[in-house]
Amino acid sequence: MKYLLSAASALALLATGAAAQELNIYNWGNYTNPKLIEKFEAETGIKVTVTDFDSNDTALAKVKAGGHGFDIVVPTHTYVPIWINEGLLLESRPDQMENFKNMDPAWVDVKWDPGRRYTVPWQWGTTGVVVNTKYYDGDINTSAIFLDPPEELAGKINVVPEMSDVMSLAILYHGGEPCTGDKDVLKKVRDTLVEAKKSWLGMDYGNIEKFAKEDLWAGVNWNGSSFRMRLQNDNIAYGYPREGYPVWMDVVAVLKDAQNVDEAKAFQNFIMEPENAALISEFARYANGIAGSEEFMPEDMKNAPEIVIPEELRSVGVFNETCPPDVQSIYTRIWTDLQK
Amino acid sequence: MTDTSPPFAPGDLEAEAARQDNRRRWLLSLPALIIIVCAATGPLLVMVVYSFLAPGDYGNVKWEFSTDGWVGIFLQRDIFDDTLMWADAHLSIFWRSLSLSLITTVTTLIFGVPTAWFIATQPPGRREFWLFLITVPFWTNLLVRTIAIQELLRAEGVFNNILISIGVIDTPIQLMFTNFAIAFGMTYVYLPLMVLPVYAAVDKLDFRLVEAAHDLYAGRWTAFRRVILPLIKPGIIAGSILVFIPSLGAYVTPRVLGGGKNLMFGNLIELQFGAGRNWPLGAALSLMLMAAVMVSLIWYVRVTSREQADD
Amino acid sequence: MTDPARDAPTSKARGYSVRTLPGFAIVALFTFVVLYAPIMILVTYSFNAGTSLAIWEGFSLRWYQRAIANEQVQDAALRSLYLATVAASVGTVAATMAALATTRIRRFPGRTMIYALVNQPLMVPEIVTAVALLIVFAAVKVWTGHTSMIYLIVAHTAFCVPFAYLPIRARLETMDTSLEAAAADLYASRWQVFRRVTLPLMWPGIVAGLLLAFVISLDDVVITEFVKSAGQDTLPTYMLGQLRRVVTPEINAISTAILVAGAILVSLFFMLTMRKR
Repeated sequence: MKYLLSAASALALLATGAAAQELNIYNWGNYTNPKLIEKFEAETGIKVTVTDFDSNDTALAKVKAGGHGFDIVVPTHTYVPIWINEGLLLESRPDQMENFKNMDPAWVDVKWDPGRRYTVPWQWGTTGVVVNTKYYDGDINTSAIFLDPPEELAGKINVVPEMSDVMSLAILYHGGEPCTGDKDVLKKVRDTLVEAKKSWLGMDYGNIEKFAKEDLWAGVNWNGSSFRMRLQNDNIAYGYPREGYPVWMDVVAVLKDAQNVDEAKAFQNFIMEPENAALISEFARYANGIAGSEEFMPEDMKNAPEIVIPEELRSVGVFNETCPPDVQSIYTRIWTDLQK
Repeated sequence: MTDTSPPFAPGDLEAEAARQDNRRRWLLSLPALIIIVCAATGPLLVMVVYSFLAPGDYGNVKWEFSTDGWVGIFLQRDIFDDTLMWADAHLSIFWRSLSLSLITTVTTLIFGVPTAWFIATQPPGRREFWLFLITVPFWTNLLVRTIAIQELLRAEGVFNNILISIGVIDTPIQLMFTNFAIAFGMTYVYLPLMVLPVYAAVDKLDFRLVEAAHDLYAGRWTAFRRVILPLIKPGIIAGSILVFIPSLGAYVTPRVLGGGKNLMFGNLIELQFGAGRNWPLGAALSLMLMAAVMVSLIWYVRVTSREQADD
Repeated sequence: MTDPARDAPTSKARGYSVRTLPGFAIVALFTFVVLYAPIMILVTYSFNAGTSLAIWEGFSLRWYQRAIANEQVQDAALRSLYLATVAASVGTVAATMAALATTRIRRFPGRTMIYALVNQPLMVPEIVTAVALLIVFAAVKVWTGHTSMIYLIVAHTAFCVPFAYLPIRARLETMDTSLEAAAADLYASRWQVFRRVTLPLMWPGIVAGLLLAFVISLDDVVITEFVKSAGQDTLPTYMLGQLRRVVTPEINAISTAILVAGAILVSLFFMLTMRKR
């Protein structure tokens, strides 16, 4: 079958007279399953090159500067309106693609890309709190874990240094909306953060080992990474703050100055196939937004409490938004004050 | 050493020779200068321009003249009551980076100079071997190396276990995410930058001078202080520059080992180019830093060349 | 600096070599031990059966197998080595010339300026040079349509120069000029003087500078991240993206492989030079 396919693609190549087909993907580091790429290459005969980025801002600055050579980029949903407004994305119309039928209806009419004219889901997740239940057996579905820490946990808390996530959690804790410019709320947010920071041990990424080995007992973390922690240490539990917690999705988009537009569209269509979407999740351990992909997922992911949000807490998940510049600058100031 | 005429220009017609010599020196420096102007200093002019523009809404800049970037280094409006005040956050962050750089320079001196001395006094064939040993750990990746360092510092890590087994402490002490961890990591990372230049200076040390000092009844330490130290001073100074300046802008190591609770000057600048979306402020902050460092370096060159002339 | 001279012995009858200073060897050996402790941990965990860099779950070669199967990480490792070799060599040659030009003379017009320029890459945090380079190089890339490794090589060479320059300069600064003058008096040509006298004398400085530049280029991440084009990941940029996600011992395996390759290469080099001697 594979042989036939590659023969067919070779024929197609001859017919169009094109040179070897290529595709350049610009994605987060360690986020792309090599098996997914191999499968895509085998099925289409397109040679894929993956290049990594480390932050949304880097990716945006680089593509905006031009001369990068990428065809596909995988930004977080908060940045999608910026990418579209800056005229960097091609309207590739995933909604007209063959595999669009597989997309979970809940993910079709999203605020940042209504009707999905630009983007296809890659993976999505939540930012919540993580607690080692050996040291604290109280309620963990609250941001108070890190904003008003119980005595048992003080001094062993780690908060991921991700400005938008931490600000959103703190604002939601005080009853505000993400990206609020309300000074009363923000004043409370700053004072709470500054006070709470005294009982934090660190603000660091990559803490799976430190939690697993119990150097850290609680903190703010992403669900997929918390899932990996629990696999290493049974006492670790992931909590969804009932005051509200951020939900995010990384999405696949085609660049306007892409050299290989057809190949890029083929890739968008390819990853909407449930079996392929499951490959994405299998690697980085987050859910993906394609209906029917669950049955191809690894057994341990199907009912994981980090992946499947409890019914009663589902409604308080909030999508982060792209904050207006003046609000963003206040947040930066609070963030700087917090770490001065 | 009054005769400083280089071997390349032995000549008698002094003025003409000096002019030729100058030209030759510029030509010799040219490749280095071209590379640096093309790929460092030249592009930096972009930053000078950017520091006088307004921040773009989502990163980058707007093409409007503005001095907010420069003013913002020192003065800020309070977020809540709008009063103008000192940007104390910037100053305290700068102070933190400065003191960390000083500490790092001193600790790399304490460990680096003896190490360089040790290498340089090995028999000739073996020196390169030891030099190589100093750099080998740095062939590995910065991130995994830092993670491995953290392994040493954990509550049940190697350091705590050693301290407990020799009876210095009973219960593990908190080393991870502390200032000690930062200082340790910085010393580790910057050590070769001290060892290699000092080695280059010690290696050519004329030990007959040291012998002469001893013959004149100087003790070991007097000889070290009065004879050796002045002779290897260029190496020590080069090493200190290489350690001190880059560690002012360092942020990966302090962030990972210190737990990232406090910003370093490098983080502050990075924040402006990243999520903070204030490129002009970032540009102004870094040009400030560069100007400060540049002035002290030029001052140093002036002083040392006067000393040389005095010799 | 403390003054240990005060209570130092001043006996003339010394039974020691002037080359040893008390305590120096101990500090040096201690330094080496501490330097290698994390490397031991790193190498150990490359053989971990589990997915962690800090939780031992038994011996296995799975991460080496993973690394062998992962073309992206291999390419990145080879690209890093290639880049560091080229940039450090070119940078060291340029730095050597600049060091020769700016030392051993009282003063000449522009000397301070050359010194300041050569050291300029040290003085701004990497992120600033990186953003500036991004803007300039992107314009060049758009204009020429050319996106090869040359941009990375130039960028790396630029910051390699000061790291190579300072050790070489330190070496030259107090190097005795009398030997060279003597050679010149014996009618050696300028090139002969350089080749036979100056170069051998400054060689340890050049080696130190080259090693330093190599290591600095090998570890650079921020500038590379901003300058690279599609398909030009180096090992550090490949790693950087993992900082927020999960780091697996695969990278330990790669690092160990590079260490071993480096060790073999250098031992070969030493064996060859020893034989020549």
